[in-house]
Amino acid sequence: MSTRLPKGGRLIDRTKPLNFTFNGRRMQGYQGDTLASALLGADQMLLGRSFKYHRPRGLVASGAEEPNALVGLGTGSRFEPNQRVTTTELFEGASAASQNHWPSLEFDVGAINNTFGRFLPGGFYYKTFMFPRFAWKHVFEPVIRQSAGLGKVPQDRDADRYEYAYGFADLVVVGGGVAGLAAALQAGKEGKRVLLIEQTAHWGGRAPVDGVEIDGRPAEDWVKATVEALGKMANVTLRTRTMASGLYDHGYLLAYERIGDHTPGDGRPRHRLWRIRAGHVVTATGAIERPLSFAGNDIPGVMLAGAVRDYVVNWAVSPGDRTVVVTNNDDAYRTALALTEAGLIVAAVVDARASVTGALPDAVRAKGIRVLEGRGIAKVKGTKRVTGVSICAQAGEGAEIEEIDCDAIAMSGGWSPVVHLWSHCGGKLIWDDARAMFRPDAAKPPTGDDGMSMVTAVGSANGALTADEVLADVAKQMGGKAAKTNSVAEAALEPVWIMPQGAGPQLKMKMWLDYQNDVKVSDVQLAAREGYHSVEHTKRYTTLGMATDQGKLSNINGLAVLSDALSQAIPQTGTTTFRPPYTPISMGAIAGEARGDIFQPLRKTPMDEWHGANGAYFEPVGLWRRTYCYQRPGEGVHEAVNREILNAREKVGMLDASTLGKLIVKGPDAGRFLDMLYTGVMSTLPVGKCRYGLMCNENGFLSDDGVVVRLSEDTWLCHTTSGGADRIHGWMEDWLQCEWWDWKVYTANVTEEYAQIAVAGPNARKVLEKLGGMDVSAEGLPAMEWREGVLGGCRARVYRISFSGELSYEIAVPASEGLALWKALIAAGEEFGVMPYGTEAMHIMRAEKGFIMIGDETDGTVIPQDLNLNWAISKKKADYLGKRAQERSHMASPDRWKLVGLETLDGSVLPDGVYAVADGVNANGQRNVQGRVTSTYYSPTLKKGIAMGLVKHGPDRMGEVIDFPADGGKVFKAKIVDQVFYDKEGAKQNV
Amino acid sequence: MSITRAMKRYSAFAIAREAMSYHQNWEEAWRSPAPKPKYDVVIVGAGGHGLATAYYLGKNYGITNVAVIEKGWLGGGNTGRNTTIIRSNYLQDPSAAIYEKARSLFEDLSQDLNYNVMFSPRGLLMLAQTHHEVRGYRRTVYANNLQGVATEWIEPKRVKELVPIINLDGPRYPVLGALYQARGGTARHDAVAWGYARACSAMGMDIIQQCEVTGIRSEGGKVVGVNTTKGAIDCGKLGLVAAGHSSVLADMAGFRLPIESLALQALVSEPIKPCMDVVVMANTVHGYMSQSDKGEMVIGGGTDGFNNYTQRGSFHHVEETVRALIETFPMISRLKMLRQWGGIVDMTGDRSPILSKTPVENLFVNCGWGTGGFKAIPGSGWAMAELMARGHSPLTEEFSMYRFREGKFIDESVAAGVAH
Ligand SMILES: Cc1cc2nc3c(=O)[nH]c(=O)nc-3n(C[C@H](O)[C@H](O)[C@H](O)COP(=O)(O)OP(=O)(O)OC[C@H]3O[C@@H](n4cnc5c(N)ncnc54)[C@H](O)[C@@H]3O)c2cc1C
Repeated sequence: MSTRLPKGGRLIDRTKPLNFTFNGRRMQGYQGDTLASALLGADQMLLGRSFKYHRPRGLVASGAEEPNALVGLGTGSRFEPNQRVTTTELFEGASAASQNHWPSLEFDVGAINNTFGRFLPGGFYYKTFMFPRFAWKHVFEPVIRQSAGLGKVPQDRDADRYEYAYGFADLVVVGGGVAGLAAALQAGKEGKRVLLIEQTAHWGGRAPVDGVEIDGRPAEDWVKATVEALGKMANVTLRTRTMASGLYDHGYLLAYERIGDHTPGDGRPRHRLWRIRAGHVVTATGAIERPLSFAGNDIPGVMLAGAVRDYVVNWAVSPGDRTVVVTNNDDAYRTALALTEAGLIVAAVVDARASVTGALPDAVRAKGIRVLEGRGIAKVKGTKRVTGVSICAQAGEGAEIEEIDCDAIAMSGGWSPVVHLWSHCGGKLIWDDARAMFRPDAAKPPTGDDGMSMVTAVGSANGALTADEVLADVAKQMGGKAAKTNSVAEAALEPVWIMPQGAGPQLKMKMWLDYQNDVKVSDVQLAAREGYHSVEHTKRYTTLGMATDQGKLSNINGLAVLSDALSQAIPQTGTTTFRPPYTPISMGAIAGEARGDIFQPLRKTPMDEWHGANGAYFEPVGLWRRTYCYQRPGEGVHEAVNREILNAREKVGMLDASTLGKLIVKGPDAGRFLDMLYTGVMSTLPVGKCRYGLMCNENGFLSDDGVVVRLSEDTWLCHTTSGGADRIHGWMEDWLQCEWWDWKVYTANVTEEYAQIAVAGPNARKVLEKLGGMDVSAEGLPAMEWREGVLGGCRARVYRISFSGELSYEIAVPASEGLALWKALIAAGEEFGVMPYGTEAMHIMRAEKGFIMIGDETDGTVIPQDLNLNWAISKKKADYLGKRAQERSHMASPDRWKLVGLETLDGSVLPDGVYAVADGVNANGQRNVQGRVTSTYYSPTLKKGIAMGLVKHGPDRMGEVIDFPADGGKVFKAKIVDQVFYDKEGAKQNV
Repeated sequence: MSITRAMKRYSAFAIAREAMSYHQNWEEAWRSPAPKPKYDVVIVGAGGHGLATAYYLGKNYGITNVAVIEKGWLGGGNTGRNTTIIRSNYLQDPSAAIYEKARSLFEDLSQDLNYNVMFSPRGLLMLAQTHHEVRGYRRTVYANNLQGVATEWIEPKRVKELVPIINLDGPRYPVLGALYQARGGTARHDAVAWGYARACSAMGMDIIQQCEVTGIRSEGGKVVGVNTTKGAIDCGKLGLVAAGHSSVLADMAGFRLPIESLALQALVSEPIKPCMDVVVMANTVHGYMSQSDKGEMVIGGGTDGFNNYTQRGSFHHVEETVRALIETFPMISRLKMLRQWGGIVDMTGDRSPILSKTPVENLFVNCGWGTGGFKAIPGSGWAMAELMARGHSPLTEEFSMYRFREGKFIDESVAAGVAH
């Protein structure tokens, strides 16, 4: 039984009891407990079920490497699946539930997989479930999915909030054990800007648990003093509960701070994700103990020796009353000592090494504990809890020598340095044969933008094991003098990858490597036998190391077994790739504050509020929101659009055109630059005039259009589409910075500096005249020209350009004056019947006029010539972007589809995007096509459907009727007509 | 021809039989032979496309004196790194033809290879979140119907039925409907590579791993062999199927390919119980998600903005992708990211692949699958085998490398921001 010891526990505060529940049962722990220690203290050893066989599982570890003990934590909008109890700090009212079982943790039907485990070897699903054909999707897959999948699905929207933060430091030290503290202290003394982070809530790491003394005082005291000293340095920042999750190119370090996990609902953000630019990173991330592979090593009660020590010393919890320690190294003897110290029974230390001498074993023997040399565990007894072990010779095949009763097993297979951060960004590892570990290869570190090393691994993370070695390593690499410790000499470890050495297949089928994913020694051997020789093949075939602990316990053991099966050395097998994050981080933290309304910046025009108050139905256009139409009470969207169009055609309408891209291009070479950018000539445009322009990409395809305005001798203003402003500005800068860097041109995106309003309709001039202040007469401001002045009290630039086919003015004013002008226009226009119109009305009016729309008539495959826009392409210019591309054979082919108007015979509206079919099928059996619809609308002006489309040889086929098959077998018959449906002569706009 | 000549068949019965001897007697899924001095055909690259090419050379044309040469481990390139989305709802005719060929081959692939590739035609949705997207997807549906690809436009209500965890009316980009391909879905990526490898090996083909091609030899404009880290190998015909490294290989043969290599980012969450039975792609906000059989939410994002060869994850795209998906599926906010990674994708100018003859006679190239070639593996192998065996294939006709010279692009960016 596991219990809370009457005294001790360096991290708990017995004066502060905390209540929590597990599977609905009330339990109690203390301030300072993790959920793991609290559960163990309440004798809850069985904590979950494994992934594949649904085996009963308990705690194995005490930290981030724990593979088994995952729970669903919290409820409702604060529920979180797969929470690791070893890294969850206990808080009042915590509610946890075990996972992956049905109907209950104690009795799980899924455990039947365990009984049939023999028939479910690694990779078995690749070999079966193939017949009948439909069965995978409909029978097998659903069953497998249901039984896999660990945690429950959160149902509600997350109640918590998350924060981003940015950090900068000369040196980031990762890990607050003695190595990290010593490294930070040295760097701090040197005056560097240091950030020291530690994933747990406590400083000191293993040393205080392991009975280390530094400079003649207990590690505990040294840690306290060092943290105090660091705290006094202005150039040093300390952060606990902060885990370095990944190291990226150029020293970009991501750190995950858990702020409110242990104080849910207190209003603080739950997590904060730090993006840190680190000059250099020191990894003092320690080492993780390895399990031993013996039969039944997954039965609840079998734990890592270091973890057993942690529970006893840190939290005063005994995992069992009677413990057997099993090891291949000296360190585990510390666990035997810690247990006896706490008054618990150690039944025996089982050591795989043939003869064991040295200070630690001697100390254990002196306590009267049996040390069995050259022995191993043949088998663990028990199902939901260890009841005993069967001891055998390590060198043999598993014949039982004796049986020992116990209810806990503390195992140690040696230690593996935590090399994740080192490896994330390209650092290489070397195999250290003597210590049986992969450690950072100082000769091949991850390098930064200057090609120099950007990471230094120190202490246990660098393979140093005793406190002496650790501090000496820090001093060697960081400078300064190493403190003295009480380390004693330890005998060499002896690698043990299988226990016993000669175990047969039956035992190997019970030796777990990856606990969570249920991968056993036999599975890895099977993978090797079947040709999955690469460590990546084995990993994927067996799922070794792919569970939520990412193989922190299993990887090295697994690849040792694989190497053995392939009769090759471990370094030849190599490791799998280390991928961020080190331990899983919440999606919420990754998204930060960018959620809901502020998921992306919402760009609003200066008149946005007015639109909202006047029935606007908004649509997103890039990051902008624009008014699609203004609905009146009881009015549908379509009616509103039709009303807006008719009103603009008959009286006058107003459009908020502020989103239109506005790019200033200025400088001695600006004209030359624009001549390259646009297909037409812009350098000759006189000051005071406007010209329509087309932009193509290098491949010749039309990418944007808009009116270009010459503001002064060396300044042009380029209007782009609303969605295109940022892209086109980037495009300009791309050419100026990368290709024509010696041209004297300056560009600026002034889109948001101006509010722009289109006033269109027969009464447009009257409205402007009523506002007064500028000459807007046909003579004073002819079409395609612009004037500056004061209109209705606002400083305005007025362009006479029309996208609707009506008499139209576009008025640009400083953004701050936009709303005032808008209101003034509405007021002035009242007597002339003014109504605002939205984007849909704009689209339809331009279609009635046969004007193209980027994104409708173009889709990245269309060139201006396809759209009959040759008039806007200069024949005289030597070059423009896209010109050479447009001369290629397919681009110049007469068979390209060309723009025409389309009119159904019955006046109905063609569906959007339908294709016109031709006879027969192509070589791949697809129906031949000869054209498609690009824009199609009901025209309220003409009271019928109108459309534009691209049709093969279209302009030569006027009057021909072609077929457009649509939904449900319906075929639309449409006549090819001129693309201009309304006011072909332009009589309305040129008045 | 029978592909199972030298192969013990897999079945539930075989597993039961082998269980009796504790699985000690399974044979190797593929042999690991030393290279022979000469083959009729050498394929460079044991990714899905290279292996499938070899497989259909054997199965459809009886050409089995074939070596597939791989510098790392088979399936270790993008074939083993992708997010396994399978669909054929492409817009342009040549694309729809080859992707639909591939998709239809996936339907029977497990039986054909006697290896369960776990093809799961669970249905795939591409969300429309702007009016512009609505129009684009409606157009795709019309195109698909004429191409023989079964897709349909579905309204928001149906979207919600298919994806109960979706948030239809997010504050920014409400879901206006979706392009739905009921028989799109996913498959197990490694199994596709392994299944083809096993079948190739069984036909007597040699898969040579840990062997890098370092040179290409030709005489009189004709290819005659390759140099590798395991020695020189002669060949009658050579197929370069090396994805992101194709331009490096083309350079060895003396010609250039219009390929850029970029890192594409992906990530998975920790596993949870089944909650989404379809694949959802959201191109406006840019992210897509499906749930693996293990229960992980498999999430894909965009490519990094710079060319490179390091197969690493970077963080900036992950941020954007996760934000987008939390808006679309609010419940994932409390899941955790388990692992992120990147793969180098081979991008052409029009984002469509190249399956082509080259300036060197008897040398063929298959590359440029970019961000979306997993789904194409069977069709691409089928077509490439035809091209190599017969000199032409209707499926590869339009994918010639010379199309860039003619300006005859096959541009899919119209249909989807990024094509996975
Ligand atoms: C993150 C990510 C997500 C993706 N998601 C999807 C998706 O959801 N759906 C989809 O359809 N596609 C997706 N893709 C794309 C898909 O993975 C690829 O298009 C496809 O796998 C390419 O297969 P391949 O066989 O051409 O290339 P690879 O699998 O990369 O194989 C090429 C092989 O050539 C070898 N090689 C290279 N040079 C040499 C040499 N000199 N000598 C010998 N061998 C050499 C390489 O080692 C490699 O094994 C995704 C890709 C990535 C990176």
